Amino acid sequence: MKHLLSIADLTREEIVSILDTAVSMHEVQDRDVKKLPTLRGRTIINFFFEDSTRTRASFEIAGKWMSADTINLTGKGTSISKGESLRDTVLTIDAMGVDMMIVRHPASGAPAQIADWVDCSIVNAGDGTHEHPSQALLDAYTLRRALGDLDGRHVAIVGDLTHSRVLRSNLLSLRALGAAVTLVAPPTLMPAGVASWAGVDGFETSYDLDEVLPRVDAVMMLRVQRERMSGGYFPTAREYAVTYGLTPRRLALLPDHAVITHPGPMNRGLEISAEAADAARSLVLDQVSAGVAVRMSILYHLLAGEGSTQ
Amino acid sequence: MTPAQNTAGPGREVLNSDDIDRALRRIAHEILEANKGPEHLVLLGIPTRGAHLARRLADALERVEGTEVPVGSLDVTMYRDDLRSQPTRAVEPTVVPPGGVDDKVVVLVDDVLYSGRTVRAALDALSDLGRPRAVRLAVLVDRGHRELPVRADYVGKNLPTSTAERVMVRLAEHDGEGTEGVRIAGPAEVAP
Repeated sequence: MKHLLSIADLTREEIVSILDTAVSMHEVQDRDVKKLPTLRGRTIINFFFEDSTRTRASFEIAGKWMSADTINLTGKGTSISKGESLRDTVLTIDAMGVDMMIVRHPASGAPAQIADWVDCSIVNAGDGTHEHPSQALLDAYTLRRALGDLDGRHVAIVGDLTHSRVLRSNLLSLRALGAAVTLVAPPTLMPAGVASWAGVDGFETSYDLDEVLPRVDAVMMLRVQRERMSGGYFPTAREYAVTYGLTPRRLALLPDHAVITHPGPMNRGLEISAEAADAARSLVLDQVSAGVAVRMSILYHLLAGEGSTQ
Repeated sequence: MTPAQNTAGPGREVLNSDDIDRALRRIAHEILEANKGPEHLVLLGIPTRGAHLARRLADALERVEGTEVPVGSLDVTMYRDDLRSQPTRAVEPTVVPPGGVDDKVVVLVDDVLYSGRTVRAALDALSDLGRPRAVRLAVLVDRGHRELPVRADYVGKNLPTSTAERVMVRLAEHDGEGTEGVRIAGPAEVAP
């Protein structure tokens, strides 16, 4: 494993290995000395062309806790703003001898393109509306901790699916782990051609959240991405909240054991009500805490083994 | 009560299941003698088989003294110096007993002592968990060929080997009933 560009590149065994190692990494978080020497002498660049709080912070913490040197770069304040091309910028960074670039970019496919240009490992930290593999892995990790083995479990993914990169990665990883998936969205936010995505099957789609909720083990609420919306996908925010938000009334439709996740940042009162976000069954903060452990495991799998030396 | 010679697997058997039990019982007595009782003892096994041996050793200590000795496991994968020369290794859990390791006499338990590099990694891992009063090392087999200044305090069996040979420890908990024993095999006998 050299790059992490898409969940589709991972076998079920590789996914399970990353999730299992993350369990051991999670334990480090409770220690006084949060430091492992594993990646001593390795250099990791966080290259974020798009805003991020938790992904960037947790990748940086993960790298630091494994003793790698981590450096943050953003699109603003680099030569990109002087007109340098993406290719020249990443080749420049690569020529400095870094071991890994963690890339977030508004263009789908940018990390895969960069991986073709450079020698170092590339991690996709979210590209456009394509994929966000580390988020899907930490979601799977959080769900496994709450529900046990995901084989045969039923997960509903609800919300702005058209603009969601978390959706595609999660659909791939949940299917690889054997979970049944139902996608729920208003017709305007259901991705066109979702039923024919290559390589994934065994999921259904629905426009009726009330019907789906009573038969799920977990419901994954996705953010309404107003910054990516150019057209009118729904009449008003209030109408969206009433028809597709996880309201207190819908909370009561969930089975007793079912859990709630949200990759954040949350629009409280839009896709998720405060009651649902703060419910005991909400795993939102567990997801954040898992984020560091899972990303440590990702760095370990990409940088620690044989063949990872340039 | 001697079990039939275990002929499963390549090479020749040097310890059978009873021999392993006897060695652990003796080590338990030696630990208690050196420590003047079970006070402050914590056993940490190095996964995977060392963790099983640590639990057996804790049982043996309990049978002798009647008190429970805290037992845990210490994974050293993240501290190894050979990560980059091997495929990615699976990481096993580290379980520190509730009392922690600060000011305790920690006995590290492993199956085979060879180069000493695992023990070096374990000492580094341990120092990130706390500051034990003392650290001891118990191993089932010492096969020699040390590459670092490391010595075991308690040894089940000293086994002179050549570097070309392989020492294989099989434990019932990990490898299944009927497979238990320590075997030594020459390079030609080891299955690929």
